[in-house]
Amino acid sequence: MSENAIEFTKVQKRYGAVTAVDDISFGIRRGELVTFLGPSGCGKTTTLRLVAGLELPTAGQVLIAGKDVSKQPASERNVGMVFQSYALFPHMSVMDNVAYGPVIRGGNKAEAVARGREILSLLGLSGLEERLPSELSGGQQQRVAVARAIVQQPDVLLFDEPLSNVDAKLRRRVREEIRDLQRRFNLTAVYVTHDQEEALAVSDRIVVMSNGRIAQIGTPSDLYERPNSRFVADFIGDANLIEGTVEAGQGGPIFRADDAAMQLAGDATPGKATLSIRPERIALRAGEGQLQGTIETATYLGGRTEYRVGTPFGPLLVSAPATAPTHKVADRVAVEIAPDAPTIVEHERKQ
Amino acid sequence: MRRLGEAIERAGGLWLLAGLVAVVLLPWYRIAPPPLEGGTTMLGSALAEGLAGRLWLLPVVAAMLALAAMRGVAGERWRAHGATLPLAVAGLALLIFQAFAVGLRGPSVDWIAALAPAASLGQTGIGLGGFLAGLAFCGLIADALAARGFCRGDRFASAGVVIVVALLSLFVFFPIFKLATASLVRPDGTLAFAAFGERLMAGDLWGTACLYSSARCGVVVNTLILGILAGVISTALGLALALLVARTSIPFKNTLRAVSILPIITPPFVVGVAIVVLFGRTGLVTGWMYDWFGIVPSRWIYGLPGVLLAQVLSFAPVTFLVLLGAVEAINPTLEEASKTLGARPLATFRTVTWPLLRPALAAAFLLAFIESLADFGNPIVLGGGYEVLSIKIFFAVVGARYDLGNAAMLAMILLALTLGAFWLQQRWVGRKSYVTVTGKSDAGLYAPLPKAMTIPVALAAVSWVAVTLGVYAVIVIGGFVTDIGRWDLTPTFRHLSTAFSFEVGMDGLRLYGSAWNSLQTTLWVAAIAAPLTTAIGILTAYLVSRQEFFGKRAFEFGTMLSFAIPGTVVGVSYVAAFNVPPVDITGTAAILIICFVFRNMPVGMRAGIAALAQIDRSLEEASQTLGARGMASMRTVVLPLVRPAIFTAMIYSFVTAMTAVSAVIFLVSARHNMATAYIMGRVENGEYPLAIAYSAVLMIIMIVCVLLISLVIGRRKLGRRTELQGVAAPAAAI
Repeated sequence: MSENAIEFTKVQKRYGAVTAVDDISFGIRRGELVTFLGPSGCGKTTTLRLVAGLELPTAGQVLIAGKDVSKQPASERNVGMVFQSYALFPHMSVMDNVAYGPVIRGGNKAEAVARGREILSLLGLSGLEERLPSELSGGQQQRVAVARAIVQQPDVLLFDEPLSNVDAKLRRRVREEIRDLQRRFNLTAVYVTHDQEEALAVSDRIVVMSNGRIAQIGTPSDLYERPNSRFVADFIGDANLIEGTVEAGQGGPIFRADDAAMQLAGDATPGKATLSIRPERIALRAGEGQLQGTIETATYLGGRTEYRVGTPFGPLLVSAPATAPTHKVADRVAVEIAPDAPTIVEHERKQ
Repeated sequence: MRRLGEAIERAGGLWLLAGLVAVVLLPWYRIAPPPLEGGTTMLGSALAEGLAGRLWLLPVVAAMLALAAMRGVAGERWRAHGATLPLAVAGLALLIFQAFAVGLRGPSVDWIAALAPAASLGQTGIGLGGFLAGLAFCGLIADALAARGFCRGDRFASAGVVIVVALLSLFVFFPIFKLATASLVRPDGTLAFAAFGERLMAGDLWGTACLYSSARCGVVVNTLILGILAGVISTALGLALALLVARTSIPFKNTLRAVSILPIITPPFVVGVAIVVLFGRTGLVTGWMYDWFGIVPSRWIYGLPGVLLAQVLSFAPVTFLVLLGAVEAINPTLEEASKTLGARPLATFRTVTWPLLRPALAAAFLLAFIESLADFGNPIVLGGGYEVLSIKIFFAVVGARYDLGNAAMLAMILLALTLGAFWLQQRWVGRKSYVTVTGKSDAGLYAPLPKAMTIPVALAAVSWVAVTLGVYAVIVIGGFVTDIGRWDLTPTFRHLSTAFSFEVGMDGLRLYGSAWNSLQTTLWVAAIAAPLTTAIGILTAYLVSRQEFFGKRAFEFGTMLSFAIPGTVVGVSYVAAFNVPPVDITGTAAILIICFVFRNMPVGMRAGIAALAQIDRSLEEASQTLGARGMASMRTVVLPLVRPAIFTAMIYSFVTAMTAVSAVIFLVSARHNMATAYIMGRVENGEYPLAIAYSAVLMIIMIVCVLLISLVIGRRKLGRRTELQGVAAPAAAI
């Protein structure tokens, strides 16, 4: 546990009667980029602010670099933060912004400027030292904000929705830049976003939050392929959620819903359950099969086509690659679910 | 800076060091207390005095020493230790207790005399040591609270909250409390409910005879009649001016706006004096009226008409500004919609514009009403036999029959009326505003004023402008001619030299004029009060709009409340509270400064809140994550960005300190006289030209100072801008 850069133990944050973050515990390893993902109001930003020291926990313990900082305000912690609005000081030049931290912490001005120059050149901002933030482009502003946050070699670098002010077209590039930077400087980073695609793209691990609690922690593929709850399955990517019962069968467990049944791979205890199947793990084929369906809608999306298919399990969302044969509305098709695709996300044992 | 700060921090922090110095080294009392048997102590500090026999000081000293011991025993994180907060609170409580328990003439609690015989000698008011010790205890309490997570652990903010609360308690609420007690308690300390009831019910307060006969009304009724009339007329006039500026194409709009600033820099009395010069029995206009129309001169101006005229002249500009904002905030498309639906201009005005203006009209009315209740300068010059509360309070304290109990009771009535109006303003008007301005820009043009309304509106405005110009012409000319009242316009510097004669001789500059003393005091007080007012106002704004802490609502309410207390009430309450130990500061310059600071602080606070609302909170958070503690963050990020608010607060508090009269009139002394009090003396003696000359000088000084302040604060802004263009700007100039 001691190699963790950040350690939360039963942390709670209340504002009067409202509990923003409730009893959360997690650890973030050194050099790791962990994303907090969830819908707005889930407590992810509060968690980030608890790491920064901009909020102090009502209960529980926050360790940064092995030190208990639960009662220490932001100014006494060694964290760097990149704000959603960048929060560059409008009355200071780029250099003044970047050197602000070292100088305000009592460092030598000349050293701070030298260090600032170095960081700025590493981020490709040389020559802009004397500009005002208002004279920079959005992307440059963001890089200045990052430079300012990492100039003091923080124990942890925090990103609060850093892409929300970036053009949709540029987002992919900027998030790659952030990931690249984090690896290059071997920084421990905490990243907050509500965009699941962004989270899957940048993270080593993702913490999914819901209603102030942690819903699931795991690598992007863990979360996508083995969601442990309806919420996670639904929030990350698209999912077909089917309610039914698991029964013991001869060739392994059988899942039954309404009039239909399917064989499950692996083990599953009997009882009521919710099954999640990703739309791209279902294939459609003209003709007859074990599971029969009718195309209800077909939506052409360029790189893929999405179908809604009526089946005995109810309507299923199917995402077919552009290379697959196309089907028309009202076509009868065979629906083929990959054997390892169904994941049980909610389970209630039989009494 | 930071290194020094850390060294102090290692030694236990600024507050602890200051507290130790305060109790061990600094003189505890402002004036040396009655000597003890062992003679006077050398330092006069709490420790020395306590050891010499004033035993009640020792627990306070012990609390401070115990806190120092805590630092030694509990180490670096001693502030979070369970015993620190109780110790600091106990220290402050002991300090306050001993200050009240042993008064000037001896102990008010018997057992203290039994324990410490020296108590029967009494003690004087606390001085440097006592104040600093109190401040240090507050700071230590704040530190200990911050260590427990108060204000998110920010020690600067926590200290700000605790110290502002302590200062407001001492200089706003404690005096009001003493005032309430003074109205209920006889000088010998017994409760006097019967006397209070008798006074409260007296006919000279509530009589309404004037409404149906020629007899006089009670003073409360008089005050209310004046307030309501002044409110209604000022609001109507303000509306007329606002409509004229916003909805017609008259020329000289900017002149009108500029003229509306004048009353703010006009010293009190002088408008009243000018009105007497114009409309008095021997006044200029009165004379013309007799010559041209045969109207027999009378003293009609003294009493309700004169006071009302003077107040309307002073308040209409304020209501004008409030209503101009409201008229300009109406979305023009609403009026256009009304027209497309078939309403004629007058109908549109009646059904759309007027209802939308109603909340602003109510706000303007209440503002003028409150100002009228608090007004002191105009009634005293023009009131004649028409008595209002503020005047009656003044004469109960300053007049031949000194009766603090009666003054206190009258002040409580005035306070109740004002707070009632203030409450209405906050409650009712505050919620009922129709904001029709949105971020989106609406196409559409303002509807011109309906023709039927143009003529009455213009007439009202023209007569206001005429009287205002007349009044200010008298002010500008009056001081520099022989006797403007008799239309003797021979230019002379006689009045000016009476006030401000000086000589440059062998031994330097010598000031002979009778007004130099008051002018110097005024400038000093204004110059010291302005930055203090600004500092505490902006600090409070920062705490209210940027910090989250327990009891914030009450904190906000308390600061706003101090805004609503009329100056006369503040004056009497200061007399009631600060004439005797433990805080006996009447007659000093300090009480003048303190009075201005706490009366004007809410203005700085409002300006600060408005400015801070424009600044993204994440800027301060960014500076905090970069390692700036509360104070550094304030200095490097907040203050540079709220410079316009600082400017406003500085100007306002400076100008008010030069023109305010209602509170200071109770607080001036022979040594520390203020310009306004001096002018009032001249007015009472009938030396009108001298009063006018002095007022003109004050106005010139104010204009010059406003320009100077704007130059100092404004130039830095310019410097910033040139710095942006220059390449060689010093990097990291923090």
